[in-house]
Amino acid sequence: MTPYAWLIPLLPLLAFALVIWRGDRLPGRGAYVSIAGIALAGLCGLVLLGETAFGRRADLTYQWVVLGGRPLTVGFIVDPLSAVMTAMVGVVASLITIYSVGYMEGDPRFSRFFAYLSLFQFSMLFLVLADNFLFIYAGWELVGLCSYLLIGFWFERPAAARAALKAFVTTRVGDFSMMIGILILFLHTGTLSFSGVFHGIAAGRIGGPLLTLAAILVFGGAVGKSAQIPLHVWLPDAMEGPTPVSALIHAATMVAAGVYLVARTYPLFVQSPGHEALTVVAYVGGITAIVAATMGVVEDDIKRVLAYSTMSQLGYMLMGLGVLGYTAGMFHLITHAFFKALLFLGAGSVIHAVATNNMKEMGGLARAMPVTFWTFLVATLALTGIPPFSGFFSKDAILLAAYAQDRTLWLLGTIGAFVTAFYMGRLTWYTFAGSYRGGGHPHESPTVMTVPLVILGVAAAVLGFLESPFERYVRFPGVEAPAPNAPLLAVSVLVALAGWAAAAAIYHWRLIPSAALRRYLRAPYTLLVHKYYVDDLYGWVFLKVGGLVVLLAGAFDRYVVDGLVNAVGWLTGRLGWVLRFLQTGREENYLLLIFLGLVVIVLVRLVR
Amino acid sequence: MTGEAIAFYGLAAVILVSGLVVVGSPNIVHSAVALVPAFLGITGIYILLGAEFVAGIQVLIYAGAITVLVLFVIMLTEGGTGLRQQQRNEQGPIGASVAVAIAVLLIAGVTHTTWGRGAGTLPAYTPGAIGRSFLGTNLLAFEGTSIVLLVSLIGAIIIARKEE
Amino acid sequence: MVTLADYLVLSAVVFALGLYAVVTRRNGVAILMGIELMLNAANINLVAFNKYAAPGAVQGQIFALIVITLAACEAAVGLALVLAAYRSLETIHVDEINVMRW
Repeated sequence: MTPYAWLIPLLPLLAFALVIWRGDRLPGRGAYVSIAGIALAGLCGLVLLGETAFGRRADLTYQWVVLGGRPLTVGFIVDPLSAVMTAMVGVVASLITIYSVGYMEGDPRFSRFFAYLSLFQFSMLFLVLADNFLFIYAGWELVGLCSYLLIGFWFERPAAARAALKAFVTTRVGDFSMMIGILILFLHTGTLSFSGVFHGIAAGRIGGPLLTLAAILVFGGAVGKSAQIPLHVWLPDAMEGPTPVSALIHAATMVAAGVYLVARTYPLFVQSPGHEALTVVAYVGGITAIVAATMGVVEDDIKRVLAYSTMSQLGYMLMGLGVLGYTAGMFHLITHAFFKALLFLGAGSVIHAVATNNMKEMGGLARAMPVTFWTFLVATLALTGIPPFSGFFSKDAILLAAYAQDRTLWLLGTIGAFVTAFYMGRLTWYTFAGSYRGGGHPHESPTVMTVPLVILGVAAAVLGFLESPFERYVRFPGVEAPAPNAPLLAVSVLVALAGWAAAAAIYHWRLIPSAALRRYLRAPYTLLVHKYYVDDLYGWVFLKVGGLVVLLAGAFDRYVVDGLVNAVGWLTGRLGWVLRFLQTGREENYLLLIFLGLVVIVLVRLVR
Repeated sequence: MTGEAIAFYGLAAVILVSGLVVVGSPNIVHSAVALVPAFLGITGIYILLGAEFVAGIQVLIYAGAITVLVLFVIMLTEGGTGLRQQQRNEQGPIGASVAVAIAVLLIAGVTHTTWGRGAGTLPAYTPGAIGRSFLGTNLLAFEGTSIVLLVSLIGAIIIARKEE
Repeated sequence: MVTLADYLVLSAVVFALGLYAVVTRRNGVAILMGIELMLNAANINLVAFNKYAAPGAVQGQIFALIVITLAACEAAVGLALVLAAYRSLETIHVDEINVMRW
């Protein structure tokens, strides 16, 4: 399979072409073709995983074009990192695509949805298998485009259209930073391929503060795509899209691309002097982890809570990479993909049943939707880090690495774990416990939706036990995972349980009514509800700056541009007026000009 | 002050004053009449320069024929009505400046050149010399001029003829 | 004593006067008068040079005579033109003769 790895992205691309062209006339209105495309790709990805586990590696390069004497080689890379990402994307995307058949049933643009899904799958696989900055940037932009198309899929809703635009523009800022970083690297190393750039760094072509700058700029792309602070504002709004989209793009895959990027370009960060770039990554991740978690506590929309949760967990992953926990960060990415996708699909199942996103209108759904409930519970326990579920292993690997590297970050992560358990507990009790507060008739979802839930649930439960093989498989030379520390693990579990207990106290046993809490903690509550006023700040700044630019541009256009044009016209008019006298048709004028010319010539001759 | 100098400056004064009247007077008849003293002054200049025959011809042709011709035409056209009309066109000032400039340049050029003196003297009786010259060295010019005279005579008649 | 330069200065002034008349006056006949003045100035030049610079022969005077003759021809034809113009256009002010101008 390895030499043919380039086929893997092409399968969903072919599906996209078929479905967008003849969608409604295909079997299943395009859904089956789309599922076939990604399922095949997923299968190939698993084969790749197997092959690379046995030591197979490959760098498939092609010389694309010769630019000014220098050949531009592009290609795909097959190594443990790309193989595990390909397999994960393939499997999770297949399950979500199958689930979408049930979720999007009856939608007027059904086939187009699957076409977009296939296009996204192509873009993501292309991104993950790329072995050079050009391809990864191309894949980056493509996933951004698909995100825009899918968030705004129900574009008749103005909120959805706005959210799609917000996502695109915000990530664009990150993309721009990434491009500048790539260009700096290209300028100094003369190549765009990863291996070429890393060799260039080792050879000393770029180093010191410039390397740190390039690394941070490239990380800027990850900040945008993975919704880290300060470019996080688009992810909660992106929940306007259909839930399968939220599951696939904004939980499992696209947002994980930022983490993947940092992992793929790890030499940039490791080689930056004093690990400055790594520190930036770690702190951005750590701060986002805790701030996002706090924002999730006050949300009533089930998908938005999960969005903040995603933001927070991505922060954990980046923090892990930042404290030299390369394997830990990647492992958390993989486990998170499964249990977060499951959480979103479960939420989608709930929304499908009760036709609302608002948790305050739910309740008692555990009895009405058992499969959904139990799989959701497994995923929640995984997310909050309760053993023996997968999240416990991956999150604690990160906290372990943080404890060894930087105690502050470990503290942030641990407090974040408490808040995570708190808001997930809140969500679970609001949604599934108690009695139903809404007006509909909740029922379990169709099989096509519940089977993927079960499969993902099994994965979320058992993947944690694959930590040791994973550590041997996905590693960065020179970076070792720290030894397990039993007291630390115990602390993590206790903190998570404490979070659950607090949530239970407030939302289940009503020991402290949440209304009372809201009253006494009014100031922090307001701050959180307004998302720390970041959206408002951005809006105000860009309005002011935009207004200024408009003013300047308008004035410039009126006075300088128009002024120049008008001046030319005026000048021509005056010149014409003056030169009129050369051609009056009157002899006396001509005669005068002749003698005037004579006088002038003689004077000029005399002066010289 | 020699007599020649007195005569020269006097004649020059006459010529210049009448010239000013010719070019400056708003009344066209005054201009035409002022031509006469101008031409007579120039005749005097010719006599001073020892060109008696030319002086005679000047009086005959210029002061006699041409001035009369000019007066005739003035009377036959609107000048004879005596109406006072704007006689100067709109480029008066510039024209004056140009004329003054040309005069200044010419005078400057003339006074800054050392003129050589030619050898020999003028013949005492110039008409004879002129006549011999016309029928000798300048025969071609003589004949050519007569043809031009003939042509212009015919031409003037044809142009000025009344349309029938 | 009167030098050549004095005559030349006189002729220059008369020429300038004639030029002013030609360029400035509106009446066609006045323009012709200006032309006569300019021709006379040239004649003064010719005769003066004859006396002072080349007195051996009468070449300058011959030239002056021919100029006078031609001036007469030219005056005749010119005035005939003015008459003809007056007859058909009712004006002899040259700035009003613009029938052929757009």
